[in-house]
Amino acid sequence: MSVSANSALIEVDEIHTYYGKSHILHGVSLRVERGEVVGLLGRNGVGKSTTLKTIMGLISPSRGRVRFEGNAITGLPAHRVARIGVAYVPEDRRIFRLLTVMENLRTGLDRRGVSEERKQALLEKAFSFFPRLAERRNQAGGTLSGGEQQMLAIARAMMLEPKIILLDEPTEGLMPRMVSQIRDIIEVLHREGVAILLVEQNVPLTLEASQRIYIMEKGSVRHHSAASELRVGDAVIQQYLGV
Amino acid sequence: MEHVTDFLHAIPYDQILIQTLNGIVTGMILALVASGLTLIFGIMDVVNFAHGELFMLGAYIGVVVLAASGSFWLALVLATLLVAIIGAALQITTLRPLLGRDPLTTILATFGLSLVLQNYALWQFGPVARKIQEPFTGHFSLFYLEYPWYRILIAVLSAAIIGGFWLFLKHGTYGIWIRATTQDRVMAQAMGIPVPWVHTGAFAIGAGMAAASGVLFGPLVGVNHAMGLDWVLKAFIVVVVGGMGNLGGSIAAAIFISLLEAYASIWVDPAQAVIVSFIVLILTLLFRPTGLFVPTPK
Amino acid sequence: MSKRSAVVYWTGFCVILALLIAAPLVLPEFWRRFVTEILIWGLLAMSSDILIGYTGMVSFGHSAFFGLGMYGAAAALLTVSPPSLWLAILYGLVGSAAVALFVAYFSIRLRDIYFAITTLIFSQIFYVLIFTWTEVTGGENGLTFRRPALAIPGLFSVPFTSDTLHWFVLATVTVSYLILRRITHSPFGMVLQSIRENEPRTRAIGYAVERYKMVAVMLSGLFAGLAGVLYAIQNRFAAPDFVYFLVSGETVIFNVMGGIGTLVGPIVGAAFFLLLRETFSRFFTEFYLIPVGIIFIVMIIFMPQGLLGFMRRWLNQ
Repeated sequence: MSVSANSALIEVDEIHTYYGKSHILHGVSLRVERGEVVGLLGRNGVGKSTTLKTIMGLISPSRGRVRFEGNAITGLPAHRVARIGVAYVPEDRRIFRLLTVMENLRTGLDRRGVSEERKQALLEKAFSFFPRLAERRNQAGGTLSGGEQQMLAIARAMMLEPKIILLDEPTEGLMPRMVSQIRDIIEVLHREGVAILLVEQNVPLTLEASQRIYIMEKGSVRHHSAASELRVGDAVIQQYLGV
Repeated sequence: MEHVTDFLHAIPYDQILIQTLNGIVTGMILALVASGLTLIFGIMDVVNFAHGELFMLGAYIGVVVLAASGSFWLALVLATLLVAIIGAALQITTLRPLLGRDPLTTILATFGLSLVLQNYALWQFGPVARKIQEPFTGHFSLFYLEYPWYRILIAVLSAAIIGGFWLFLKHGTYGIWIRATTQDRVMAQAMGIPVPWVHTGAFAIGAGMAAASGVLFGPLVGVNHAMGLDWVLKAFIVVVVGGMGNLGGSIAAAIFISLLEAYASIWVDPAQAVIVSFIVLILTLLFRPTGLFVPTPK
Repeated sequence: MSKRSAVVYWTGFCVILALLIAAPLVLPEFWRRFVTEILIWGLLAMSSDILIGYTGMVSFGHSAFFGLGMYGAAAALLTVSPPSLWLAILYGLVGSAAVALFVAYFSIRLRDIYFAITTLIFSQIFYVLIFTWTEVTGGENGLTFRRPALAIPGLFSVPFTSDTLHWFVLATVTVSYLILRRITHSPFGMVLQSIRENEPRTRAIGYAVERYKMVAVMLSGLFAGLAGVLYAIQNRFAAPDFVYFLVSGETVIFNVMGGIGTLVGPIVGAAFFLLLRETFSRFFTEFYLIPVGIIFIVMIIFMPQGLLGFMRRWLNQ
């Protein structure tokens, strides 16, 4: 596939997605540039996860287009989307509970065209980020704690050497110490040039970690600005995220 | 006291011994058939009605290859490979289009396949049973009885194939792919695993295992077009009793049921001994519906 | 139903009924029997539709209900002299109801696939029992008996001719159809359909889902047994082959080919299948199931709504 130098990494163009008869996304548009961290905020149920799933190819939109590096990927099955450089860390982690930590990592690591040295290097990087995973490498995924499972889900995504990671509510249900660990990981990934589309309920963390913010409500994007222009107490935050 | 010794004398020890061996042998073949069935069900929620016919096709291909080459081992290998390929082709043409539809459509589709395959075999080979020659004859002495070596070989080979399959699942990339897809198809796709092909591959493996069972079983009874029906029913019972998708449970259930049936056949007509497996199924459904050999869910 | 479509429907109904009544008068014997067979298998398929199409439970156990209806009728006709038509029907219905109750008790709580497999295995249990219990059931060879007379005790008794038999079958099937239609359109039928669409929600609303399913199975079993009785009377024999699960499979094929959830669909499906069988038998002799089976598979993939659904869509365009 050709790469146009000027195009965004991910471009979502007026997508409409349905779950059965429910019209979840009503013309969502957004973009993520190379190496950017973009935050996607909004209350529960507005369609943030559905947007990520549509980009990933887990759901097909009925209208609209998704582009990756300028090439249309709408309707491409998820395993092809993963192979071109999009990784997905879902809301409920969804690690393979009956596979060991090592086997979980291998689902991303065992790809064609990757040399043994590179695989080793990737593994070591993951284990240096997440030492707890190294300790538990032969344990079944289901025996890990919630925080460890989140680490594993992120590490697993990293094994794909993605250009962008779709992160869905990584800090949900985690203790404050783990939350700041997540914050650090996002920072490190950003420094390495991996783009991140971050869906979160944790507003301060998102504002801090992202370069740009989209806010969704009822299936479409209602606000879009640089993160630096937003403060937690702003009226727009209150409007779309306040209780 | 006399009654006790009379009773002890009346127990047909030799029969029990023979039936124990028979039960284990049939049990291992049944375990091999059921493993394929449970693999297919576990990974893609397909109840493969045509599984017995894949068994039967394997046996027939075995007959043909054996007649052409004279080698039992070649027959075994070729039948397994050919039926695996046929299975893959069937899955791609008839089951892939049904992905995502009501799971009952796949039962119906595989039922249709079983009818077509059965009648095709009847058409090509006729109603008269064929024979597969055992690779070697010869008995060994068990106390004062004679028991054929070949039957022991079947049990050993079936165990070896199941063991090999288990190893394949546990190690190696493709084993991980199959296990990941079985646990969470969606997430497996998101990790770049080509799930549609994993499905095809799993179906092919299941089909191959059924075919191997057919060739191994061939010398014990005649090979005919209807031989698959009984096996598919028993295999279903084994899969339910052992716990759907539970490989170890299926194997234990297969041996358990086969032993019970073998013992029952000492006293009743073999056609009626099959009721034993039905009773086991009913009891399982009543008291432990998740499977007899599955640890009780907490 | 709107007034207009009701008129169309009942007109069509009367036309088809008239054609079926006229059938024995115009068709040669072979085809007359053919039509009667379609009606009987159609009744069986209709009974199965109650479960598959309306309650959403695919059952492979109908051969047991059908078979017990057949053998029940045989029992009446062989043990009571002179052979009584109504007693045969009664015995047959009781037999199939008993089997239905038995099967229902064990399988009601099972979902989808487990239910299908369990009903299949139950039908095999009955097959083995009937096949091996030779003293009572005649084993492999089955039972033969005389056809009873069409009689209303005390009023008249006249032996069946092939025409009157056809009309009797037609009357029975028509009445059954009307009864089943009434039931499926009733509040009870609505609950069944609600169970098919969303069982957990139906349960949450407060319906005793198990009880409804049980009644559905019994209803289905009764009419399947009735079909068995009619078959016994028509052919004067009962054989274990009809209890083998393949009959259940063929019943399901009729349902799918015709269109589930329509009551009429299964009859159309039965007619279609039997016609295909007749046609292909000319070329493939007893291997007709090869092409018919392939057609069945293709229909599942491309015409999941069956013939009726396909025609409906085609007419709407």
